Amino acid sequence: MSNNVMSADDVRRAITRIAHEILERQHGGERLAIVGLQRGGAWLADAIGAAINAIEPAAKVPVGYIDVSMHRDDIGLRPVVPGAISNISFGVDDTTVVLVDDVLFTGRTVRAALEGINTYGRPRAVQLAVLVDRGHRELPIRPDYVGKNLPTRLNEDVRATAEGVVISAGASK
Amino acid sequence: MKHLRSIDELGSDGLLRLLDLTNHMVEVNRRPVPKVPALRGRTVVSLFFEDSTRTRLSFETAAKRLSADTMTFSVSTSSVNKGESLRDTVETITDMGVDAFVVRHKSTGIPWQISDWTTASVVNAGDGWHQHPTQALVDCFTVREALGKERFDGLTITIVGDIKHSRVARSNVAAFSMLGANVVLVAPPTLLPPDVSHWPVEVSYRLDDVLARTDILYMLRLQSERMSQGHVPNLREYAETYGLDALRVAKLPPHAVIMHPGPMNRGVEMLIDPSALPNSLIHKQVANGVSVRMAVLFDLLAGESTAANLQQVAT
Repeated sequence: MSNNVMSADDVRRAITRIAHEILERQHGGERLAIVGLQRGGAWLADAIGAAINAIEPAAKVPVGYIDVSMHRDDIGLRPVVPGAISNISFGVDDTTVVLVDDVLFTGRTVRAALEGINTYGRPRAVQLAVLVDRGHRELPIRPDYVGKNLPTRLNEDVRATAEGVVISAGASK
Repeated sequence: MKHLRSIDELGSDGLLRLLDLTNHMVEVNRRPVPKVPALRGRTVVSLFFEDSTRTRLSFETAAKRLSADTMTFSVSTSSVNKGESLRDTVETITDMGVDAFVVRHKSTGIPWQISDWTTASVVNAGDGWHQHPTQALVDCFTVREALGKERFDGLTITIVGDIKHSRVARSNVAAFSMLGANVVLVAPPTLLPPDVSHWPVEVSYRLDDVLARTDILYMLRLQSERMSQGHVPNLREYAETYGLDALRVAKLPPHAVIMHPGPMNRGVEMLIDPSALPNSLIHKQVANGVSVRMAVLFDLLAGESTAANLQQVAT
């Protein structure tokens, strides 16, 4: 059984709103960078980056991607599958980095990304944007920009793409 | 994957997996802080009974960049000098709690023998004339990167020199042909292994005959320590027939690239300054050594990233 909780239009509007919120809080796009978490956050980082650059073309906000598989805390507990390769072709020193992921769940991926981003330099600040916050955090991590807060059960499965957000009963463990 | 002992044991799936994983490690090595915590708490010991510069240093660097702890065993200052056997040495080190042995030994098959004596993973860093799988991985990755090709179908790779005594040649023949290359071996008959007719290769005794159709020219070191055994009449004659000089470079197609696993014998197989070569990949081979060995250690020690598990995760 699956349930469509956000349509493609809803997703598009949420992305536009998040782009405005990021610019508002930063007072513009200066020294701002968007970094998507491979793989789920990559498309969303592209979309948010494009929306920001459409609103403020002069800012030319760069978009990068980080693969956190080598920073995870569960290496050895489960199979390690490196996703797509990291690609951060700009310096992160003294910039505000907005990490972007599709679904925020336990917070462990974000913790790994916080550690990973430090191997590229020392950002002035790191913020977090997600399309869906589904709860069940296991670490003290909180998003700065949220597309939709979505209460879920632990065993449910949430898929977030540009076509919409679908929640379905996951396999029971 | 529990051990990396030979290319045949790794298989073509494993070969492709490690080459893909190396791309990730190359990116890690480009970061301002090229260190990730992936193997925190793991211990890698290098057990080298033969001399080495680049293999040992690149394994140790690779382990450190993945945050593993490293131990170095050097034969000259160890209890081997008091007569401790290889088995006792391995068992002693195992008792200290290590996760991987990186082994180089002059005898064929030692890595297999050691894996019977320990619960740790074993990586073959060269056993006699037999195998040197991480060098083959480095070379395949370097070719991939230079030519921008995933597989080597349609490429002719010519390996020149002392094939008989070369573990690099044995591992590279296996790996290059697994990726679809047409491998040509060039050597005097005395430096070809007796069983070469069973290898997936073409054989030629004359370098000048094959240069024009070579895409990758792989020069091996003439192991001059074997000279006393009369395999070649003298070094000058060898250099004349099989050495790479400017005339032979001119006979290669313009796109051809040149490789050498090091250490080089200048004036024997290399009669031309390698830095003067237009398409030399020799420095790339060394630079990629660390990334490839990171991929190997990560694959062995970071849990089971086998094909079956990959599918399980994908579904």
